[in-house]
Amino acid sequence: MNATIRAPRSFPYLLLLPAMAAMLLVVLFPLVYNFYLAFRNMSLYHFTDHRFVGLDQFREIFSQPVFYVLFGKSLLWTVVNVSLHLAIGLFLAVLLAGPVRGRAFYRTLLILPWAMPQYISALTWRGMFNYEYGAVNLILQRLHLPAVPWLSDPVWAFVAPVIVNVWLGFPFMMVVSLGALTAIPHDLYEAAELDGASAWHKFRHVTWPQILPVLTPAVLLGTIWTFNSMVVIWLVSQQGRPADQTHIMVTWIYKVAFAYYRYSYAAAFSVVVFLILLGFVVFTLRRTTPLESKT
Amino acid sequence: MSAGRRRPRAVSVLTHAFLVLFSLATIYPILQIVTVSLRPTDSLYSTSLALIPKNATLHAYWAILFEKQFLVWMRNSALVSLSVTVFGVVLASTAAYAFSRFRFLGWRLGLYSFLLTQLFPATMLMLPLYVLMKALHLLDTFAGLTIAYTATALPFCVWTMRGYYDTIPVELEQAALIDGCGPWTAFTRITLPLAAPALTITALFSFMSAWSEFLVARIVVSSLDLYTLPLGLESLAGVFQTEWANYAAGSLLVCVPVMALFVILNRWLVSGLSLGGVKG
Repeated sequence: MNATIRAPRSFPYLLLLPAMAAMLLVVLFPLVYNFYLAFRNMSLYHFTDHRFVGLDQFREIFSQPVFYVLFGKSLLWTVVNVSLHLAIGLFLAVLLAGPVRGRAFYRTLLILPWAMPQYISALTWRGMFNYEYGAVNLILQRLHLPAVPWLSDPVWAFVAPVIVNVWLGFPFMMVVSLGALTAIPHDLYEAAELDGASAWHKFRHVTWPQILPVLTPAVLLGTIWTFNSMVVIWLVSQQGRPADQTHIMVTWIYKVAFAYYRYSYAAAFSVVVFLILLGFVVFTLRRTTPLESKT
Repeated sequence: MSAGRRRPRAVSVLTHAFLVLFSLATIYPILQIVTVSLRPTDSLYSTSLALIPKNATLHAYWAILFEKQFLVWMRNSALVSLSVTVFGVVLASTAAYAFSRFRFLGWRLGLYSFLLTQLFPATMLMLPLYVLMKALHLLDTFAGLTIAYTATALPFCVWTMRGYYDTIPVELEQAALIDGCGPWTAFTRITLPLAAPALTITALFSFMSAWSEFLVARIVVSSLDLYTLPLGLESLAGVFQTEWANYAAGSLLVCVPVMALFVILNRWLVSGLSLGGVKG
């Protein structure tokens, strides 16, 4: 298909000018500046008299065990969240794609967590995780289960934001899956039924190959968003409580930058996170081409 | 969509059981906000699980509207969010059109650089912007906040718009151009009206991203007069003892319009997302 139209040579550039000027000024320039900061020693104490220190910041990052712990936690956070988002979202989409009475009603209820501002979800859940008066422990007690120290034990204080993030993240995958499921032509199923395929076979050989091209970019995006998401952990664990033990890499960078004022260290850490993500995406795109489905 | 064959009864019961279970888990935290907002001040420490608390009162709503700074926060948030929306829509609708309808030097680089920004950890933008704003005395101003939000919202808006433009047949504009219409007129009179769903998504997305943003606001804004809604509500939630009912009442007032809008626009949102975001 010839997707272009005839216009003066300068026309597309004129259209691009405002957005590109904005991007250069408020995105590209700050990003370059971040790389610059990563090789200096800017902090609250050296805010104006910072100097070039080469790879010192990176050396410090890689020489401390905290980096490896945070890297592991970031991976754990991302893998657990994205797999649960996908599993729950796909499961509910399959249920809703069938002939279910009240489908629109269920669908509306189930997307509400996506509609709710994330900070309100996080703050509300934090209240619900309160040891004595929070709804979660009260329900556990009614079920004769022991109360859980959600916000004071380092392990549970990490589980709590995971629960919140799973809660607010599955509707996106559900909606994406539902869209993909309803777009599958019906005759494919009819053909499979004529061949005597079981329900599992139909899912495995008709549904799955049809929804995979839609799910792959959604999962890729979801992975990047989750890896980079800060607000849930930050608010549920109240800035990393107890004692900065609930951080993943990005929340740690935020804390180091804006609570401990170690600007250059934080800038260097951001660069490391960016390179990790870039590596992940390049690796994934080499194997699949989710964004090139159309040229 | 046709209903197909009738399912066995057991499958139907099980389906509903799961859907009800997940729906309950979904709405319980939202109901919890309602419950807490209705609590009288003397029973904030309550171990009751009743949905409507004993001696339910609307006092917290009165307090949040007339005794707290809630309306100021709302005005501040509206001001910033509307500015971001205007910038987002204007910049994204024009740039995305160029990417959709023209091939030019740096087309691929430009398009993929927008995508690349999604890979940056937010701090990689926040920190240098913070340092630069500090140097330019833009900290603690709405201008600073607007700049930061537009920077983060723009790439997603451009991709959504471009994906949607791609689905509009180019023949319409080609016909208009043959009829003697200029490219700018063809764009504003033909393509832009047809792209109304994507424009709505872009506007909504820009607005919502600013309306609900907490972490950037927290570092840019420091004076209480300039607090946006997320900052204000968080300051109430921090005081678990005394302000919990006020926090809940305020949250509900913020949430309900946003959620209603989201549910109403949901179908457009999904088509805009899947066309723009996913198929690319």
